[in-house]
Amino acid sequence: MYSLNYHRASSVADAVKLQKKGEDAKFVSGGMTLIPAMKSRLAAPSDLVDLAHIAEMKGIKVSGKTVTIGGGTTHAEVASDAKLKAVCPALTYLASHIGDPHVRHKGTIGGSIANNDPAADYPAAMLALGATIITNKREIAADKFFTGLFETALKDGEIVTGVSFTAPAQAAYEKFRNPASRYAIVGVFVAKGKDGVRVAVTGAGDEGVFRAHGMEKALTKAFAPASLEGLAIPAGSLMSDMHASAEYRSSLITVMAKRAVAKASA
Amino acid sequence: MSDVSLVVNGRKVSGSVEDRTLLVHFLRENLGLTGTHVGCDTSQCGACVVHVDGKAVKSCTMLAVQASGSEVVTIEGLANGAELHPVQAAFKEHHGLQCGFCTPGMIMAATDMIRRHPEGLDEATVRAELEGNICRCTGYHNIVKAVLAASKTMAKSKGKAKAKAA
Repeated sequence: MYSLNYHRASSVADAVKLQKKGEDAKFVSGGMTLIPAMKSRLAAPSDLVDLAHIAEMKGIKVSGKTVTIGGGTTHAEVASDAKLKAVCPALTYLASHIGDPHVRHKGTIGGSIANNDPAADYPAAMLALGATIITNKREIAADKFFTGLFETALKDGEIVTGVSFTAPAQAAYEKFRNPASRYAIVGVFVAKGKDGVRVAVTGAGDEGVFRAHGMEKALTKAFAPASLEGLAIPAGSLMSDMHASAEYRSSLITVMAKRAVAKASA
Repeated sequence: MSDVSLVVNGRKVSGSVEDRTLLVHFLRENLGLTGTHVGCDTSQCGACVVHVDGKAVKSCTMLAVQASGSEVVTIEGLANGAELHPVQAAFKEHHGLQCGFCTPGMIMAATDMIRRHPEGLDEATVRAELEGNICRCTGYHNIVKAVLAASKTMAKSKGKAKAKAA
């Protein structure tokens, strides 16, 4: 790891101030992606501004069907929240399958969303739930937030302070994991809300997380695995790597989507 | 450079470290607590697991400065003098190790797992929960047996303590 200067922020305003001071300062929350990237020298920020001690960014609020989760809330906290599980078990399930127990104690929802790794789980949930990403400056619809591989609508000095969404009537997440890294080769989040069905796919798109509009239409007509029969995302827009070809990913998306629909309907 | 101060295994410690110093290196090199191991160095193997403020974390994926102000427990902090912690005793009894390199991380992960599952553990849960700990000897079978046995022993002694208190 290259040399760096560490700063601990006590509030969101403090974090913004500290970030401005550094030449190439980065925010760090759980650090479960950033620290490994820095160790392998793939990332070399001059300064790290630690968001982990900002109380205003932590916690989960469930009020009726409206859910708000602070950006600094860990995966373990999301996974074990009883109120959230009661209204959106798909999201607590997703959180309980990120990384491993030790990673879940540190990694945060805000960090995962801001990083937008093409194989991360949360971006699929945000997109399928039609969530609103809340920053220190504005509110951004998930549809406009994820803009490419590790790319988001966030501007310099902007922090994901939280997310909010309306709990769907039915939802489920299914992922096919790389047997070694346990990252999603394909992950599909399906949510049936009052405005229809939304399907979001992670791990597979060559531009990162995306919505499967064809599948959404079919499922809005009839919310059943059989509605997806014969539907597939063309391999041309999918990633191909040593773990899985684009064709294999295409096939997996349909299978995972069917499983998610079956699970959401159970 | 930054000053860090922590409570490690119940003892107040402090030091001046480069900001990029990993917690595991602070523990091993500054404090001489070499029970915590560095295995893969890529945040996968779990040989470096310690407890920070009561939760299992990978100390190779956390800066020492990030942990400043926290309470840390390492494998050296588990035993009560010469008396092994029930998880350590169970690993010994069930031979939950071969080369032993992953053992400190396994034991720290196991104590955390038992704490998070007061309802008790079954084999499938233990195997799923050990996802973040890799044993290159592939000696999982006895590790799982040891964790299950420790979980039972600890539940019993908790029950006894409750009965006494009542």
